[in-house]
Amino acid sequence: MSNKMKLSGLTDILKDLDVQSLEGVTIEGDIELDISGGGGLNPAMAYALGHEAAQISMHVANIARMLGYPVDQLFASAMGGVPQQAPVAGASRIPELLPTKFDVSKMSEWATPIQEVTLGATSADGGSRKNTVTLGGENALPYYFDAEMPHRNYVTMDVFDMPIGMAKSVKENYGDVINDPADWAKKVVKDFNADMVTIHLVSTDPLINDTPAREAAKVVEDVLQAVKVPIVIGGSGNPKKDPEVLERAAEVAEGERVLLASASLNLDYERVAKAATDHGHAVLSWTQLEINAQKELNRKLMKQCNVPRDSIVMDPTTAALGYGLDYAYTNMERIRLAGLMGDDELTFPMSSGTTNAWGARESWMKESPLKQDSDWGPREYRGPIWEIITGLTLSLAGNDMFMMMHPTSVQVLKEITQTLYGSIEAEEIDITKWIGAEV
Amino acid sequence: MKINSPLEAYKFLPGTNCGQCGETSCMAFASHLIDRSLQATDCIPLIEEKKYKKKYDELVTLLAPEIREVVIGVGDNAISIGGDDVLHRHKLTFFNKTALAYDVWDTMEEADLVERVNKIQDFKKFYVGDYLTLDMIAVRSVSNDPEKFAATVKKVMETTDFPMVLCSFEPAVLRAGLEVAAEKRPLLYAANKDNWQEVAALAQEFNVPVTVFAPNDLDLLKSMAKTFADNGIEDVVLDPGTFPTGKGLKTTLNNFLKIRRAGINGDRDIAFPIMAVPFTAWMAHDDEVSASYWETVVASIFTIKYGDIMIMHSIEPYALMPQLHIRDTMYTDPRKPVTVDPAVYEIGSPTADSPLLVTTNFALTYYTVESDLSSNGVDCYLTAIDTDGIGVEAAVAGGQLTAAKIKKGLDDAGFDMEKLTHKVIVLPGLAARLQGDVEDETGAGVMIGPADSGRLPGWMELNWPPQK
Repeated sequence: MSNKMKLSGLTDILKDLDVQSLEGVTIEGDIELDISGGGGLNPAMAYALGHEAAQISMHVANIARMLGYPVDQLFASAMGGVPQQAPVAGASRIPELLPTKFDVSKMSEWATPIQEVTLGATSADGGSRKNTVTLGGENALPYYFDAEMPHRNYVTMDVFDMPIGMAKSVKENYGDVINDPADWAKKVVKDFNADMVTIHLVSTDPLINDTPAREAAKVVEDVLQAVKVPIVIGGSGNPKKDPEVLERAAEVAEGERVLLASASLNLDYERVAKAATDHGHAVLSWTQLEINAQKELNRKLMKQCNVPRDSIVMDPTTAALGYGLDYAYTNMERIRLAGLMGDDELTFPMSSGTTNAWGARESWMKESPLKQDSDWGPREYRGPIWEIITGLTLSLAGNDMFMMMHPTSVQVLKEITQTLYGSIEAEEIDITKWIGAEV
Repeated sequence: MKINSPLEAYKFLPGTNCGQCGETSCMAFASHLIDRSLQATDCIPLIEEKKYKKKYDELVTLLAPEIREVVIGVGDNAISIGGDDVLHRHKLTFFNKTALAYDVWDTMEEADLVERVNKIQDFKKFYVGDYLTLDMIAVRSVSNDPEKFAATVKKVMETTDFPMVLCSFEPAVLRAGLEVAAEKRPLLYAANKDNWQEVAALAQEFNVPVTVFAPNDLDLLKSMAKTFADNGIEDVVLDPGTFPTGKGLKTTLNNFLKIRRAGINGDRDIAFPIMAVPFTAWMAHDDEVSASYWETVVASIFTIKYGDIMIMHSIEPYALMPQLHIRDTMYTDPRKPVTVDPAVYEIGSPTADSPLLVTTNFALTYYTVESDLSSNGVDCYLTAIDTDGIGVEAAVAGGQLTAAKIKKGLDDAGFDMEKLTHKVIVLPGLAARLQGDVEDETGAGVMIGPADSGRLPGWMELNWPPQK
């Protein structure tokens, strides 16, 4: 070896080799690593320095190798081993994992809890329900580690006061009860595990049957007799008729603490609000995908109509998967975040008309109307999952209660939301074996 | 992104308002940098003139997304994942939609393999002017035999240009796959606590992106990611494990939430794209429908909450369709307009005998109706009524679609009913209750179309032209 390497030149060589600067480490003429740690080394520091030292030795070894010296044999014998494999350009083994801890902070901005609203009244409170349902109370987005979610999600299943048009796969579950709302209500509670029942008084619409409010109220009484879960009472959606219908219904349901659906800006919300407050019910505040309208209506219900905070549930509108769910999701998410961050016009639990998913053609149409599409497969399987994913998406935006229609959808949505809520145990699965799984 | 106002970005621009980028001023360009619709490289002086070099470099650093971007595959089919800057889509938008990979395995018969790959790459669903499609093939080593794996990878490559994920914990198997496919830049799956040194060496040697897998161990996950990145392996994907059921699923969701929050908050060591493996649902359910349903449910959760790439098994349409739609839901830019301009649009080449249809100006409604008509060759006039961007059913309920609105819409568009031979307006089935009012308001005849525009072509056959 005729070439003599000057150690003073080493730093320059290292620079060319793109070695990062070594803070606290200087290389002296006599090849001493002067490690100035100042008062002892902590393990992480020692590790880091060791890493740098190893890097240096690697680069020096590389230089030696360039100069023709059989470095690898030397290392192999010095470490008491043999080279494990043929050296590959640029692929030297990384010796150790860098020790580090994962850490993340909780959201300090989420300082305002969502209002709790209890629906239904038991005999202790002058009602005849067997149980009550409490919505809201969250201190974080749903299922987040920032704060425990106090109440699980609930499902209220739709019952109509007359036969209505439904997707085939929905209808076949209700053929035997379609003419009897009380039996229908019983069926959804007993067979389909509904937490609540919504009776929609659609026949009251003057453009449908124009059923008088007094008669519609009898249906409400029948349903209250038939089931012991809390109920929601819905009108027909006719803004002129609904206030009267809901007034009558509120009257006959006095003491049961139902949810009246709904007050909105396009009808006489004062009458609906008064019907609720006069008879001890809660009111659903319904707006259409517009956060400012939701604030306005809630404000009017509270300030102008004196509805107590514990009696307001919001329905900011549900659009189906593929048909505006992005707006519905983001609208709900923004409402919930605003509530958690202290906007007291939005700190209310939310409800979703998840049944709207059945408006999407993907849920009910036999096949795609577009010839270019791949085969859509059997609609019996498409429909329920359309309703499930629509609901699940909104549950992640903070929705508390779901109005639903198909028994399979209800079952799966309850399972998934309660799994995320943390109340479902399951056998642990060794997911490290997934690659080789036989499926 | 480390800056959030156009003013901050403006400081790094030439300030000459030269207009070469197509914008009228450097300030306008700066606002596009902040909303990420343009990039620093779109400023020509900034990259061409030496004196701006330093500013350019600084600007690029400041504009880099918080979550690193990883590219899998090459050419037109290459897929970028990661690159996000926000935790909630309304704060900006989510970038690089979740990549959907579906599995094949190395014990499949060749014919089955080819058929399955073709099904995956051919699946498409028309939606708002374009097709929703799947993205990738994940090749699983079930045999653990490097030769079998390499042969399967090779067959997949011969069948499709879709990028691949090569799945094995056995370095020799991964090496065999890479020797066949490295030039296609597949994603390696995965380095774990036992094999990470060898898998890291493979990622370095073949220069491919790599997944690190540490089920429910965020310290180890971060440690591996940091070690890899510090050693020059920066194309890293994180798999914190997808436990498909029970408390494990809740924990999995929270692992995703924690990783992404830390990354967006500036922890560079964990700011990588995240992988979910809804496939594990198949380990918890025996029958196919239950497994497909649960897999789709799990996939949806992680499409909504921060999954950047996912591996699934079911290719049943009832699983793929909701998976594609929920992905589109989350990755649609919330800043794009909700509405189309209210107007009377001509579909095809309408004549005086063609029908006049009514719908709303909600973009989704309008484009759905429009595609149903045009793809079936229906010539007609389609009126988009200004309903504040609300769909038909909701607009009828909410009073945004009324007879007066329809009259106004036709008048504002300057549409002359007299030029039609039939003088008939066709209302959507969901607006049937407006029939009388519209007749009174416009003096035209009114027919009620189907509730879903997909049925318009069939409805036309039966009902058009109207009987006198």
